[in-house]
Amino acid sequence: MADISSDQVKHVANLARLAITDEEAERFTKQLSSILEYAEQLNELDTTGVEPTTHVLDLKNVLRKDEPKKTITQEEALKNAPDKKGDYFRVPSILE
Amino acid sequence: MSLFDNSIKQLEQKLHNKEIAVSDLVDTSYKRIAEVDDQVKAFLTLDEENARNQAKALDTETPDFTVHPLFGIPGGIKDNIVTKALRTTCASQFLRNFNDPLYSATVIEKLDEAKTVKIGKTNMDEFAMGSSNENSSFEPTRNPWHTDYVPGGSSGGSAAAVAAGEVVYALGSDTGGSIRQPAAFCGVVGLKPTYGRVSRFGLVAFASSFDQIGPITRNVADNARVLEVISGQDKMDSTSANVDVPAFTESLTGDIKGLKIAVPKEYLGEGVSPEVRDSVMDALKVYESLGAEWEEVSLPHTKYAVATYYLLASSEASANLARFDGVRYGVRSENAKDMLDMFKLSRSEGFGEEVKRRIMLGTYALSSGYYDAFYKKAQKVRTLIKNDFDEIFKNYDVVIGPTTPTPAFKIGEKVEDPLTMYTNDILTIPVNLAGVPAISIPCGLSKGGLPYGLQIIGKYFDEGTVYRTAHAFEQATDHHTKRPQLGGASK
Amino acid sequence: MNFETIIGLEVHVELKTASKIFSPSPNAFGAAPNTNVNPIDLGYPGVLPVLNEEAVNFAMKAAMALNCQIATDTKFDRKNYFYPDNPKAYQISQFDQPIGEHGWIEIEVGGKTKRIGITRLHLEEDAGKLTHGDDGYSLVDFNRQGTPLIEIVSEPDMRSPEEAYAYLEKLKNIIQYTGVSDCKMEEGSLRCDANLSIRPIGQEEFGVKTELKNLNSFAFVQKGLEFEEKRQEKVLLSGGEILQETRRYDEKTKETILMRVKEGSDDYRYFPEPDLVPLYIDEEWKERIRGEIPELPDKRKKRFIDELGLSEYDAANLTGAKEMADFFEATVEYGADVKQASNWLMGEISGYMNKHQKELHDLALTPESLGKMIKLIEDGTISSKIAKKVFAELVDKGGDPEKIVKEKGLVQISDEGQLKEIITGILDVNEQSIIDYKNGKDRALGFLVGQVMKQTKGQANPPMVNKILKEEMDKR
Repeated sequence: MADISSDQVKHVANLARLAITDEEAERFTKQLSSILEYAEQLNELDTTGVEPTTHVLDLKNVLRKDEPKKTITQEEALKNAPDKKGDYFRVPSILE
Repeated sequence: MSLFDNSIKQLEQKLHNKEIAVSDLVDTSYKRIAEVDDQVKAFLTLDEENARNQAKALDTETPDFTVHPLFGIPGGIKDNIVTKALRTTCASQFLRNFNDPLYSATVIEKLDEAKTVKIGKTNMDEFAMGSSNENSSFEPTRNPWHTDYVPGGSSGGSAAAVAAGEVVYALGSDTGGSIRQPAAFCGVVGLKPTYGRVSRFGLVAFASSFDQIGPITRNVADNARVLEVISGQDKMDSTSANVDVPAFTESLTGDIKGLKIAVPKEYLGEGVSPEVRDSVMDALKVYESLGAEWEEVSLPHTKYAVATYYLLASSEASANLARFDGVRYGVRSENAKDMLDMFKLSRSEGFGEEVKRRIMLGTYALSSGYYDAFYKKAQKVRTLIKNDFDEIFKNYDVVIGPTTPTPAFKIGEKVEDPLTMYTNDILTIPVNLAGVPAISIPCGLSKGGLPYGLQIIGKYFDEGTVYRTAHAFEQATDHHTKRPQLGGASK
Repeated sequence: MNFETIIGLEVHVELKTASKIFSPSPNAFGAAPNTNVNPIDLGYPGVLPVLNEEAVNFAMKAAMALNCQIATDTKFDRKNYFYPDNPKAYQISQFDQPIGEHGWIEIEVGGKTKRIGITRLHLEEDAGKLTHGDDGYSLVDFNRQGTPLIEIVSEPDMRSPEEAYAYLEKLKNIIQYTGVSDCKMEEGSLRCDANLSIRPIGQEEFGVKTELKNLNSFAFVQKGLEFEEKRQEKVLLSGGEILQETRRYDEKTKETILMRVKEGSDDYRYFPEPDLVPLYIDEEWKERIRGEIPELPDKRKKRFIDELGLSEYDAANLTGAKEMADFFEATVEYGADVKQASNWLMGEISGYMNKHQKELHDLALTPESLGKMIKLIEDGTISSKIAKKVFAELVDKGGDPEKIVKEKGLVQISDEGQLKEIITGILDVNEQSIIDYKNGKDRALGFLVGQVMKQTKGQANPPMVNKILKEEMDKR
């Protein structure tokens, strides 16, 4: 299982929207393999019946009242955009 | 002797008596930064004009420290804590031009109410991923005790700034040891609060179920005072706990008679250097002399902590860092011709190697077919590690061990091997997996003149006992008074 | 070979809370782009979601109205995918513990009632809106980002596009009744994706399904499915193979067009949202929400038939939209006759709304004024004909029907003496008509009634006019 292939690494990079070169793919394959191999040691533990932990505190039902509030202007919303047009953020289209 | 050799309480007294002005404190910060930051590289962004103006304004006021407990005190802010109208980069090229994040973190609002003076934003490992500050995409911070050595990470800039006397305190963030490990390497005091004690709103998320903001200071009392200011439930953070914030500074009684200390054998075993082990044994002798009792115990799942942590934290990070897509803020690759390019190239050009590696690891651990074997398995082991602590805390007040297996290592020494770098965090990571509070305090210097850190771990929301234990040691020893001689190894 | 069609629908409904699901920004349709946003909606670094209680209440209400079981323990998960309108690159949604499961609704097609299962109903956040330009760029508006959304997934229980249409109509009606959404397809507050497959009759196993998107009205859902049904049949009959595809319905060509072929399933890497704590919905909470759900259309229809004596047809029509049913009941409560109220609403009033493209709440007419007007008809104060004049006034300007009738002098003349005098005068000058009438020409009576009405400006009581005319002519 720890054997991650170069193709898998490329697939994962695509899922994560990272462009990686062949050389990077090779390096990541090696490094991720060794990390995953290390992670294999978790299989020494029998976790049958053990509940997974997502939150360390036992908090429940943290809710907010339905009260609308405006905090920033449109100008501020668009302030940090790498590209914008009029009232909008602008992005390159999907390649057809 | 620097003004900053005084505790906050002493500075308060001097301000109160008008022996000094806030402008003197702010001046001390910027002078020191001008003197040494070329070597230390603790700061990424300075806010000098605002800070000096604020100092002038504060100097026209009569300080009331009960209302404004950090009145005029200069502090540094780790650069993953969002500051309105002040550049926030997370030491990443992706955010190099993020000059106004539009809002401030809750902790910043609390610090502002306490009337602190923000000196600037401190250097770090990119997006808090790293243990040496070598992953800063700008330049690595250096250890003030020896500039060939790392200051630790990821809050290396915050720890180094305090150690070098550039600020009185700094905020860091701790996901797997990122406050305690650099505090140990730099010979200062760093606390990771209980998960949920301090609001995470405005802390750029690395691993949401682990991250906590905490103070780095030169002594325990200062640390407790800063924590009092930044703690408390926040309606903007659903995971912040509805628990009282006690006056931590009042828990510093010096009395630890009958305190029950657990010393996990796993924290002094293989991989921990003999000199580090000796420093802990010496500390335990001090505790004995103060009337505390200690026993060796076992936290049996400790060896699984690193693997568990790297799977879970990287998984959360893979989603948390997905928002850096080049649409609303940050950089967009100039080479992006279509939408897919925009995502891929912007992210690849904006992120450094370690960030990419962890995103890849996390994406893999969550991906179809591997979720149960990696992510879910790690979540279950997390439960076992948390249970280890619950068991120990039924019979003991605190857990004590070293913060790190070795003192600071040389810059470049471990960069080639990520796994070795990861396993070095074995003593700090279990605390984040469980969510309990822990502090690192100075407990001696190595032969090479590099500090050791003593780690004191407490029960959930029992920072008071952690501080009391740390403070008693500090009172009985002089490790915390040692200061680095910048420029090379200290004698 | 004969085929059987299998259809399942995924419906997204926006909830009309005042603020967004995870941020306090206003939840409103039609604002200027990127004005109802804050750093949370924009996915700024460091922001955190906080759950809007009302969004949970609304989702529960909808789930209960659709006969779902409500989860006691539920939580949110992150669904990871990159798209410019998805600012965090994950959508906060619910994966393995949806708020509602195992629901159903009943539809009627061809006079038969059929139960359609609802697999699940979950709560999530809507994305922003991406508009594709023709200059190589697309524009993003994040106003919609964070609007609370429920996704309702049906069982593959529908067997024809007609059933799919009926399911959507019913679903929309029920949700509108609960008041948690407007369900306006034209504003995107109700959206629908459809899955369709066919299989030879008798075959147990499902065929490969295609997913239809861009279905912008219920009619297009039906038309798209009808096209797709035939397309798949053609492919199979010509020996071809159905691929797992996403297709969109083109309104101009009335065809479904291939968007992409799916390779395996999408890898959304769902995992529990660490920024939100779990929800525990106890019985008390559930009961409180259950108590807030108004009577739903099926029950109301039954009551209209059983208690008010309406016909099946009238009851179905009146309960087809909550606003109409509410208006009807209120009118009856003001004392109006049930049948009259029903006739006016389904006749004159619906006609007016269709003609002017208006909704009930746009009219000046109120249940009170309609009720009063109907009472005036019943007690003979005005005739049905005059009532149309009163209605014209009420629908545009509103007001009190009694006042209008008085001020405009529209009161019906029912005084026998007064009518006799008028009729005598008319008969005196229309002797030929009397002769015609006596010779059995019915038209003559109509002519004379018209003359009376003309002289009384339509205010004469018609049955009385008829009666007196006959009596007077018989005397001559």
